Amino acid sequence: MGQKKLAIIATKGTLDWAYPPLILASTAAALDYEVEIFFTFYGLQLLRKDVSSLKVSPLGNPGMPMKMPFGPEWFRGINWNIPNIIQANVPGFESLATTLMKKTIANNGVASIAELRELCQEAEVRFTACQMTVELFDFNSKEDFIDGVEYAGAAKFFEFAGESDICLYI
Amino acid sequence: MADFDQELDACGLNCPLPILRAKKTLNSMDAGKVLHIVATDPGSVKDFEAFAKQTGNELMESKEDGGKFHFLIKKA
Repeated sequence: MGQKKLAIIATKGTLDWAYPPLILASTAAALDYEVEIFFTFYGLQLLRKDVSSLKVSPLGNPGMPMKMPFGPEWFRGINWNIPNIIQANVPGFESLATTLMKKTIANNGVASIAELRELCQEAEVRFTACQMTVELFDFNSKEDFIDGVEYAGAAKFFEFAGESDICLYI
Repeated sequence: MADFDQELDACGLNCPLPILRAKKTLNSMDAGKVLHIVATDPGSVKDFEAFAKQTGNELMESKEDGGKFHFLIKKA
């Protein structure tokens, strides 16, 4: 049996959605898979040198629990039901939610995005950036993105994905 | 618990970090050597079973002791 292959398309550029592609890619690499992630559209945000500006938005996201990562147990247990109209109109609400999410992530011993990405690169997960969207969003690949990224198009993705055992669109 | 050659403390770490750290440590070890991993993530019990099955490294022992999970993995 040859080495298994995992192909992932990462299309989301928020803090919460940055996790699934990087967790799956790093884990698959640890299980001896050959892995490639194709970053396109908002997924390109995950290739930025500085990923600390990734945000999570509770607005229009009813599945996201809004709980406080500090204080006594009873206080942490409250799920704050904040109406969309308030979320949308309070300046800095997204930043506040992001700060709370990062605190929750750290409290739970969950890796940071920068750490997971580094572990992926150490494990030789291949990062490919979609050339078309890089240009569409006017990114400067040298200045904006980390090293070790390949720039290519959809056809290049299929070269690997066509032979993959698992292919995920995230 | 049987003898081991190297130890990895993965306490407080959550999925997938215990697996990633274990893999990295195993990479630096010689075949036949045994790694002892201590973790607090309850999900790591099933994860290390699956890790061993898929990578061919033998899971010699898996047990819970005082809220911590202990694993012995022999490098293939």
